[in-house]
Amino acid sequence: MTTPLTKPEETARRTGRVPRSKAARAGGQRYAGPLAYAVLILFSIGSLFPLVWTAIAASRDNNRLAQTPPPFWFGSNLFHNLKIAWSDANLGKAFFNTTFVAGVSAAAVVFMSTIAGFAFAKLRFRGRGALMLIVIGTMMVPPQLSVIPLYMMVAKLDWTDQLQAVILPSLVSAFGVFFMRQYLLQALPDEIIEAARVDGASSWRVVWHVVFPAARPAMAVLGMLMFVQTWNDFLWPFLVLTQNGNPTVQVAIAGLGRGYTPDQSLIMAGALLGTLPLLLVFAIFGKQIVGGIMQGAVKG
Amino acid sequence: MATRDDTAAPSPKEGGAAPGRSPAAPTEAEQRRRTRLSRRWQRDMRWSPYAFVSPFFLLFLAFGLFPLLYTAWASLHTVELTAPTDMHWAGLRNYTRILDDDFFWNAAKNTLIIGIISTVPQLLMAMGLAHILNYKLRASTFYRVVMLAPYATSIAAASLVFVLLFGRDYGVINWVLHFAGIDAVDWQNSKWPSQTAVSSIIIWRWTGYNALIYLAAMQAIPQDLYESASLDGAGRWQQFFHVTLPSLRPTILFTGVVSTIGASQVFGEPLLFDANKGASGGAEHQFQTLGLYLYEQGWVNQHLGRASAIAWTMFLILVVIGIVNYAISRRLRASSEENRS
Repeated sequence: MTTPLTKPEETARRTGRVPRSKAARAGGQRYAGPLAYAVLILFSIGSLFPLVWTAIAASRDNNRLAQTPPPFWFGSNLFHNLKIAWSDANLGKAFFNTTFVAGVSAAAVVFMSTIAGFAFAKLRFRGRGALMLIVIGTMMVPPQLSVIPLYMMVAKLDWTDQLQAVILPSLVSAFGVFFMRQYLLQALPDEIIEAARVDGASSWRVVWHVVFPAARPAMAVLGMLMFVQTWNDFLWPFLVLTQNGNPTVQVAIAGLGRGYTPDQSLIMAGALLGTLPLLLVFAIFGKQIVGGIMQGAVKG
Repeated sequence: MATRDDTAAPSPKEGGAAPGRSPAAPTEAEQRRRTRLSRRWQRDMRWSPYAFVSPFFLLFLAFGLFPLLYTAWASLHTVELTAPTDMHWAGLRNYTRILDDDFFWNAAKNTLIIGIISTVPQLLMAMGLAHILNYKLRASTFYRVVMLAPYATSIAAASLVFVLLFGRDYGVINWVLHFAGIDAVDWQNSKWPSQTAVSSIIIWRWTGYNALIYLAAMQAIPQDLYESASLDGAGRWQQFFHVTLPSLRPTILFTGVVSTIGASQVFGEPLLFDANKGASGGAEHQFQTLGLYLYEQGWVNQHLGRASAIAWTMFLILVVIGIVNYAISRRLRASSEENRS
């Protein structure tokens, strides 16, 4: 009701009295009723409750978490727990490592995906179709399949607990290539490339002066998606990094749950610390990330 | 192909500078300079596309294809974790060992069950959510971002929290259930509850993400499809089943494939759901998935060869599922086209 409606047909659409407008209201045009809002609010609570409760549990102590009813409001122990979790789980180092790994990996994937996506979208070359099929095919291969040889490589090169062991395999992103191709297909008009060619620009200059500027929004979205993915990656870092050596955040907080009398409030403090940076990123760039995921989904 | 390459893109340039079009005939030196330039141009046109795609493919060869094939090779050998380069030929023994192992079949069954009870409700709820998000909403961006918050949460963090929420004695979920008159459920140690709990972590993390993908596909459906359906007298539900769902079929297939692959690899959630039991997936292996079984064989029992055999078995299962999936979707498409004609 707060939305001001100026056009008369809009009003007709909303009230739905005119039969013709019923057609126009279908799919995506209808206004949500109270029931829809109720469902959305329910799902929102379901989405957020475990996160909020992490913070609540992290602000209590172990004894309070072993009582019924469980706590539903914050206690006073938050900073105490965060401090202990930070030092116990080697989180300082883990944060630095994860930021580095995710940053390098995201930047490299974005760069490679953009030039490859440009080639697939806008250049003609022999074998383009077949190579694109391979790219799509690799999206179907589960990463678990390559874990063992990679582990052997890491063992042979003595890369255990070294960050390159995590970074290098994370650079293969068929999704990134596909994503950039789909974006550049529609966002980069052929005329601009041709105009640059007329000016005598080589392919690399075209990439630098035409493709990168045009692809910037998609590059930002892909970078964020890759950052999130690498930040949250668990299986592979868990295999090649150790908690006390050179962990990523996920490896570090996974180690918190072990032991026979684990302090639950500390575990929650660790989980909170591991999640908070990304939640902040989502809170700030949420709109762009949502747009990016939706964009990547359709143009298939 | 080559001639097409040469004429396709550079034509504007040559068109502008070609000798035939310019009124004055160029000198010989000028012409030589031009051929040299155009030769460099041709080389650029022909090879730079390959240069652009090569970083991806080189990395893919090193960290994708090579490991894939090497896993197959390693699965035919006895390899110990402590000496991964020391391989002894074992033929198919790793495979027979696995197929004789009850824990393999247990893990396969658990993976299937967890896969179904995590994927099916997840995608159904995502579809419903997407339908609602497709209404005209106030604060629509807010809801979308909130639905995506679990996706931002890592497997490790989410699993640790859910372990507490699902606690038998002091967990929030049992506390809520007791109001409904349900006695404390032992979410960790009994079979079905533990599998449900592990699945719920997956559902929680991925429902919002899939909803956004469905929403994007719904928004891409042309409006006139609905208009003509409505003119034909189709109600809301009929429109949903006859316009929305058929248009979403490729997207549903896509999310189905991605979720199936994801479900076949479930690892972190069951590993952390009982951190002290670790790789065994609960005291009685009640929620040990294939991913966890692979880890147990390779890194706890230190048989990398056997773990490789598990990996390839999983891959073959996926390929079979993929083929069945493809066949079904083709059959469906064929039958729906028959109906239409």
